[in-house]
Amino acid sequence: MIKTHIDKSYEAELHALRERLLEMGGLVEAAIAGSVRAIVERDAAMAEQVIRKDKLVNRLEVDIDGACRRILALRQPAASDLRFITTSLKIVTDLERMGDLAVNIARRAVDLAQTPALRPLHDLGRLAALSEAALAKALDAFVTADPVKAEEVLEADDHLDALYLKVFNELLTTMMEDPRAIRRATSLMFSAKHLERFGDHATNVAEMVIFMVRGTDVRHAKNKD
Amino acid sequence: MEARKLQVAYGEKIAVKDVDLVLPEKQVTALIGPSGCGKSTFLRALNRMNDLIPGASMKGEVLLDGESVVDGRLDAVELRRRVGMVFQKSNPFPKSIFENVAYGLRVAGLNDRTLLLERVIRSLQGAALWEEVKDRLQENALGLSGGQQQRLCIARALAVQPEVLLMDEPASALDPLATAKIEDLIHELKARYTIAIVTHNMQQAARVSDTTAFFYMGELVEVGSTEQIFTNPREPRTEDYVTGKFG
Ligand SMILES: Nc1ncnc2c1ncn2[C@@H]1O[C@H](COP(=O)(O)OP(=O)(O)O)[C@@H](O)[C@H]1O
Ligand SMILES: [Mg+2]
Repeated sequence: MIKTHIDKSYEAELHALRERLLEMGGLVEAAIAGSVRAIVERDAAMAEQVIRKDKLVNRLEVDIDGACRRILALRQPAASDLRFITTSLKIVTDLERMGDLAVNIARRAVDLAQTPALRPLHDLGRLAALSEAALAKALDAFVTADPVKAEEVLEADDHLDALYLKVFNELLTTMMEDPRAIRRATSLMFSAKHLERFGDHATNVAEMVIFMVRGTDVRHAKNKD
Repeated sequence: MEARKLQVAYGEKIAVKDVDLVLPEKQVTALIGPSGCGKSTFLRALNRMNDLIPGASMKGEVLLDGESVVDGRLDAVELRRRVGMVFQKSNPFPKSIFENVAYGLRVAGLNDRTLLLERVIRSLQGAALWEEVKDRLQENALGLSGGQQQRLCIARALAVQPEVLLMDEPASALDPLATAKIEDLIHELKARYTIAIVTHNMQQAARVSDTTAFFYMGELVEVGSTEQIFTNPREPRTEDYVTGKFG
């Protein structure tokens, strides 16, 4: 049996908040995918579009922040509702940063589209796919309030880090072999670094989902042992 | 103060079932739950006020400082002196402010004018009312505002130097400012008294109490630190109540 709030307008406010967070998450997913595709396909127009659409992400951040504050002030949420609101306030910050990372990659894509192609970029594409999947799964865990799914995101982050290291080393080798490639390889290296950071933010979101559902804080667990 | 397997019935109808609850010393325990779930009945059982209700019966144990208050060794008047009670509707007598506070002392046989005055002043100070009434102790108590009347009733309870204070929705008829004064007073009183408060205002429970007990249909569903109950309750029924949900 689904439990709903007795006060229907409160229920509607919480529902709308969840929808807007998902909308923002969807925009950020599309942005990271688009920015890397713009690199791989040398498509400056696609990159420009990613940069433009980030405004929507920023606006949603402000909206969601305001909605959370309004609910805190007017509804005094408790228990799981309270954890949902405080989690939303934090997730929104991570999502906004993730949008910025996509914009940074898109800027590199504009640059790279004007210079000769460097080499096949399979691994960068794979890195992007992993980061995007991490965010998708974290958001899925958030809407379905599923801590097991969230834990899978935490585990997958190790693959992402390993792949990033591989890409980094390959680009380093490229630079050593051909100094004319340094500028382009550096752009790609930055992009790879951004993707790795993107994955870290997805991990943050997943950790907050675990807190939201279980009420226990799993952040910084690695520091403790 | 502590209840063990406490059961209270009105005739055949059981209003409080098998409740085990400790009111930690010099702390505030909030009792929350929907109307009719037995909060007031439970509170009244602690100082045997239910004895005064025809048809009410009680099983189980209530302990004050580890001693039974139900086995008959402690007489009810002495029990109610040690375990004072404040009600939702402030109920001052139509007498002077002074006489309202002195009432319990006179009943206990104290008639010395100076001693009485001393205790009345200390009680009014303890109830954070002294500054407002010191120049009109002989005026009728019914001329006070609702919030002042409620603090007068607290002063009356304090006058007989109790150990435990039971408050049944003490601020539910008051405006926000008068409510804030009562809540502030509760914070001060807990340095010296063990307090149990029934409230329908969740934010009030969250603000004033250290421990919260959630009652539902006569049962104690969950008790825990107030922070835990309001941020991460264990029982689904508690969760539904504090978030305002139904299934
Ligand atoms: N004096 C009484 N006589 C008979 N039944 C009562 C009396 N007082 C309370 N009850 C019943 O006992 C149950 C618990 O009531 P009460 O303790 O007043 O609940 P609460 O304070 O949580 O609203 C209710 O069903 C109520 O109708
Ligand atoms: Mg009641």
